[in-house]
Order: sequence, then structure tokens, then C-alpha cells
Amino acid sequence: MKGTSVFARKKSSTMALCVAAGVAALIWLIPFLGVFMASIRPLSEISRGWWRFDQFSPTLRNYVGAWNHPAAPLGKGMLNSLRVAVPATILPLVIASVAAYGFARFRFRLRDLLFMGIVALMTLPQQMIAVPIYRIMRGLGAVDSYTGLVLVHAAWGLPWIMYFMRNYFTTVPIEVEEAAKVDGASDLRVFLQIVMPMSLPAVASAAVLQFMWVWSDFFLALILLYSPDKLLATQRVPLLRGVYHVDWGVLSAGSVIVMAVPIVVFALMQRYYIRGMVGWTSK
Amino acid sequence: MHALRGRALFFVPALALLAVFVVYPVVNTVWLSFFTSEGEFALLENYAEVLSQPEMFDPRGFARGFPYGALVHNVMWIVIHLPLTASLGLVLAVILREIRGGAVVKSIIFLGMVTPMVVGGVILRFLFDGNVGILPSLLSLVGLPRRTLTAYPDTALFSLIIGSLWLWTPFSMILYSAGLETIPDYVYEAAVIDGASATRAFFSITVPMLRPVTGVVITMTFLWVLKIFDIVYVATMGGPGGASNVLALQMYMYAFREFNANSAAVVATFLMLVALVVSIPTFRSVRGEQP
Repeated sequence: MKGTSVFARKKSSTMALCVAAGVAALIWLIPFLGVFMASIRPLSEISRGWWRFDQFSPTLRNYVGAWNHPAAPLGKGMLNSLRVAVPATILPLVIASVAAYGFARFRFRLRDLLFMGIVALMTLPQQMIAVPIYRIMRGLGAVDSYTGLVLVHAAWGLPWIMYFMRNYFTTVPIEVEEAAKVDGASDLRVFLQIVMPMSLPAVASAAVLQFMWVWSDFFLALILLYSPDKLLATQRVPLLRGVYHVDWGVLSAGSVIVMAVPIVVFALMQRYYIRGMVGWTSK
Repeated sequence: MHALRGRALFFVPALALLAVFVVYPVVNTVWLSFFTSEGEFALLENYAEVLSQPEMFDPRGFARGFPYGALVHNVMWIVIHLPLTASLGLVLAVILREIRGGAVVKSIIFLGMVTPMVVGGVILRFLFDGNVGILPSLLSLVGLPRRTLTAYPDTALFSLIIGSLWLWTPFSMILYSAGLETIPDYVYEAAVIDGASATRAFFSITVPMLRPVTGVVITMTFLWVLKIFDIVYVATMGGPGGASNVLALQMYMYAFREFNANSAAVVATFLMLVALVVSIPTFRSVRGEQP
């Protein structure tokens, strides 16, 4: 038995629930379907309505057009996004895990206060760091460079990854660690050889979420990168729309390409994604 | 002593990164917000000055219609979005748990959550387009004018709010789905024995037992709507004529289009303060579970 299914239910109300679920599925599917249809059809068919199928000539031309777009080639943008998202996932994960372990296991004065302060940083809007970050990067000569953006993403991701990992570490049984300590292992060895291998599911959750957020980020890239050849995929999407009229085919194809990456990651890592989402907010 | 120094090293990289790229910028932004754009130290007077600019708060809107200013638009966004996202997410979670194939529908709905918001903006712009969008086409079937909903002052903001609801409801649905799993079956079984109906059980068991989840959903949604930027930037750029402008976008305009760092700092600090106040209940619960 699960949930409210213990209640005796009339056939008609089961039907009503199914209809409601079907309507919800349609409402959430149609906008995606529209963009997908627009991406595989010529503009002449899109302007008659993507939902009409009396003429249907699927084509990949829009995808080629978006990938090699003259003003904002998305192929380059995808590569650039990867060059930011991969290091901006690994770097904060390593740094935050180490610190989170410290917060979970070491005892020192003001530990809880310091941790609360770091957790509070999670609520900050990115707007709060935008102007000084731009000035710092200009001072370091790191404006318009991936290094600068990766560092900002890393710092920005630290609070929630630390929070998430510390919560996980506190659930790891401490007895094994204590036994290893008695045998003379250092803190770092205990962390690397005992705790980390047990924490791989949590690391996977944090990695998936951080990767998706960096990949989807628009604001930080917008303020830190401006050379046309350095723009990330998310920055190039708005540039695909065309100058005099909106080129819906190319714009849609570009959107599908950029969206495909998080969707594939989600499909492969669904379990970890949802655990990360739920664990991070309600644990 | 040696071990102690080793332990400090666990924290150094994290604290250094946070200090340079988060804490210092925050302090700097607060400091900047105390100065007028002419460079005079004005403390809170600068807030009164900036927050009463027509792009922030435009009382003429109440006689004429949109725009009302970014501040009012954000309030409208939150007032409309919060109750709908919470109730829709809960109802969807309950329904999809009951029926076969619910997991498939959940995956479809969840697409909105993993979509980059820039793409979300494109999808909404397409959905609402007068020439190629399906929604204006459907509306014309019931006799309404077929027009690009995001291009008219009276419909631009509402279109984006509905669109953001569509993009965000998956989040509350997922949290409620997880919450439902924590309600033990015997509670419902006891309700059946007492002769309660399923509707009664929903309001007297499900809703009250999910109250902590509702707290998290409300807080997270509030923060998300407060900081909304990407979809507005892509779909309308705050237009037409500022009719769908929001605080985060106005902050970007001040800082990186008008190069007025001080007004931008006021808006950013204001956003931060509201975000902090809203998150206080969640902090309490974090502290409550300290080991």
C-alpha cells in the first residue's frame, strides 16, 4: 500500500486524476515540443504554425546554421562552456569537501558560528558581487578570461557544496575513522582514504548540480566575458535571433543544443540530481 | 601543535576564495551603496533617492497602467507566483503519485527545471509570439486579438510571470514528492478506519504534515523570483518601455549600461537584505539540527 491509495476510489475519480495528469503533461510538453518542431522545420513552415503538419519537411539545416552561425557560432560556444564548466565543477568540489570535513569533524571555538556565516552566504544574490568582482578582475587583468570566471564560479559554489557535504559527512559513522587515528593515520589520510571513498554518492550529487548551474549560468558570464570568440553557449543563444526578423529556426535549434547538455546529464544522473536537490534544501 | 596547523589547512583554500571573491565584494557593494552617483557620502538618503526613481517605483502607473517600476513588478511577481507554485506543485505531486505512469509525467514536467533559464526565455518568447506562438493562436480562437503577448505593456509582465511559474513548478513538485514519501502509510490507514474521505485526508493529514516542506518551497521560490533575471533579459529586456522590468535587471542596467555603480549597489544591497530576512526561518531550522 502506498499513500492515499488506501482510500476506496470510484472509477470516475481515478479517471479524473488521469485526465488532470494528462493535461499537466500536455501543458509542460507543448512549449518544448514547439521549440523542437521549430528547430527541425524550415521557417516557411514555422510561420504557418509548428502544430500544422499538412506540409512537413524535417531538416537539420537550422542546427548547422546555429552551430556555424556567422555572428555567434554555437559550436565554439559549446566548447567554451565546457572549458569553464568542467574546472568550475572540480575546483570547488575539492576545496569545499576538504573544508566541509573539517567543519564536520574538528572541534574549535566559533566553529558553528563560522559555519552559519558561510551558510548565510547561500542567500546572496549574484548582483551583490557583480560590480566589485568586475573591478577585481580588471585589476588582476583577468577580465574576459576563463580563469577569472572559473574562480568566481568556484567561490560562488563553495557555500552550498560545503553545507551539502558537511551534512553528508555527519552521517558517516565515525568509528572507522577513530580506529584509523589510533593506528596513527593523519587527518588528511583519514579523509582521503576512508571518508572520501564512502562519500562518492554525495560527491556525484554535488558535481551534477554544480555542473548544471555553471553550464546554465548567464549573469556572471555576461559581466566577465565580452570578446566575441570567448562568449559561452548561454551568451550566444540570444545572439542567434537575427537582426531584422527573428530567425526562429536557428534560435530554436541553438536552444535545443544548449539545453541538450543538462538534459543528458540529468537523464544519466537523475538519482544523484534529485537527491542533491532534495537533500540540499530540506536536510 | 603540528596537527593543529595541519587542521587549519583544511579551511584555508575555501576561506581564502570566499574572502576574496564573495565577502570582500559584498562589503564593497554595501559601502558603494552609501555614496551618491556624484560621489557624496549620503548613507541612507541614497537609498531613498534611488528607490524612488521612476524605473524603480512609478506611482503614475496606478493611474495609467504599466510600467509601475521594477520594485512593484517584483512584488506582483512574488504575490502571483508564490501561492500558485506551492499549490500546483503539491497537487501535481499528489496526483502523479496516485496514477500509473505518473513517473513519466514527472520526468516531462521536470524538463523545465533542468533547462537553462536563457533557453527558458527563448521558449517563452516563442510560446507568446503573435506570428509563430501557439498561445496567441489559441487565444484568437476565443476571439481575443492575436498578438505577441510579451510586446504589449499590459500583458508583458503577466506573460513572464505565467512562464516563470511553468519553469519553476517542477521544483516545488519534486520537493513535495519527496515529502509525501515521508508520511507513513499507517496515518492514512487510520484515517480510512475513522471513515475519513480522501479529500478530508488531504486537508487534515497531507497538507499539515508537509508544512516544513511548504516552508522550504516558499523560501526558495521567493529567493528565485526575487533574483529573476535571465528570462526577462532574453524574452523582453524589461520592455516594452520598462513594463516588465525587474530589480535584478535594473541593477544590471545601472551597473553595466549606465556605469552607475552606486545606484546598482543600492539595488543589490536591497535585494540582499530582503533575501536575508526571507531566509531567517530556514536558518533557524539549520541551526536546530547542529550535531
